Amino acid sequence: MVTADAVWAAFEQIPDPEIPVVSLVDLGVIRSVDVRDDHVHVEFTPTFLGCPALEAMKRSLEATVRELGAEPDVEVVNDDSWSTDRITAAGREKLRAAGFAPPAPRLVQLQSQVHRCPYCGSTDTTLENLFGPTPCRSIRYCNGCRQPFEQFKTI
Amino acid sequence: MNEQELLSLADDELIIGWRDSEWTGIAPMLEEDVAFSSIAQNEIGHARALYELLTDDPDALAFDRKPEEYRHSALVELRLTDWAHTIARRWLYEVADEIRISALKAELPLAAKIDREEAYHRLHAEMWHERLKETSQFRAAVEELWPYALGVLPSAQRRTLAARVGLDDEQPPAPRLLDSPEFAELHEEMTMVRRSAPAGAQW
Repeated sequence: MVTADAVWAAFEQIPDPEIPVVSLVDLGVIRSVDVRDDHVHVEFTPTFLGCPALEAMKRSLEATVRELGAEPDVEVVNDDSWSTDRITAAGREKLRAAGFAPPAPRLVQLQSQVHRCPYCGSTDTTLENLFGPTPCRSIRYCNGCRQPFEQFKTI
Repeated sequence: MNEQELLSLADDELIIGWRDSEWTGIAPMLEEDVAFSSIAQNEIGHARALYELLTDDPDALAFDRKPEEYRHSALVELRLTDWAHTIARRWLYEVADEIRISALKAELPLAAKIDREEAYHRLHAEMWHERLKETSQFRAAVEELWPYALGVLPSAQRRTLAARVGLDDEQPPAPRLLDSPEFAELHEEMTMVRRSAPAGAQW
């Protein structure tokens, strides 16, 4: 019989459909995994409600549970429990290494409004556009290394 | 909030999403192409999550009704083709939307989630409001759309909206444009894919 740990380990291998450097576990969208006999109940908290990748994420979770020989029951929880603070430390570092400035913690963002360039680390950056290639990203420009970069929005 | 009010909110989000998406590809600057597309995507996502509270088949609720069965406000159904009016609507809509979403947060956890995303819509609207507020075109657009904006909210919340935007709520809200072809045309367009694949399309 499958264990919750095995399910979590398998979920760590599922890449985010739009930012594949991070997994769904890194993204913090899996709130709980509950194994009962051969049924696996998963609470999945969407990131942005309009994100077109949500269906793909849900299907990946279901397929992964089936590959482990269990029956999936993926519950989409549209409450307020996901924020960018749920992205793990490992997830933030993977984002930064791939050139996406990770979202600042909500408390820090609200107080400081500082945005750091993921390439050179400079905080001398300016907003180019609040919106970007997907709803979760803004476009900023680094005056230090003269590079535009994508900033994951803090929500 | 009762089911009719929830449906009105969901319909507003769906229709403003469609209207905002009309700027995709033709906005006055590339940044706004991107911004309006993202905002539209968010609003339609909010509509879907709200419809899911009312039904197991959100596509059917969104697209299988007749035009007269929709419960959105007149403000969102207007077809606006100039930038001053478009920004005036975005700004008025976001201020009104914040008032009703904030009031809903305590009873509806989804409202708090929606509000996190709306915060960026408000920043965008405020930025444009700052930029345009002294221009005569923008002021005229706000004045023209104001009776429509009053119709977004129930009467109890209109005074708060009037105070936030600095206008008066003494006039009655503008009614829906039920005799005008504006919404019928939008409805025809937005239900086209659904009608062409009634069994549900797979992408």
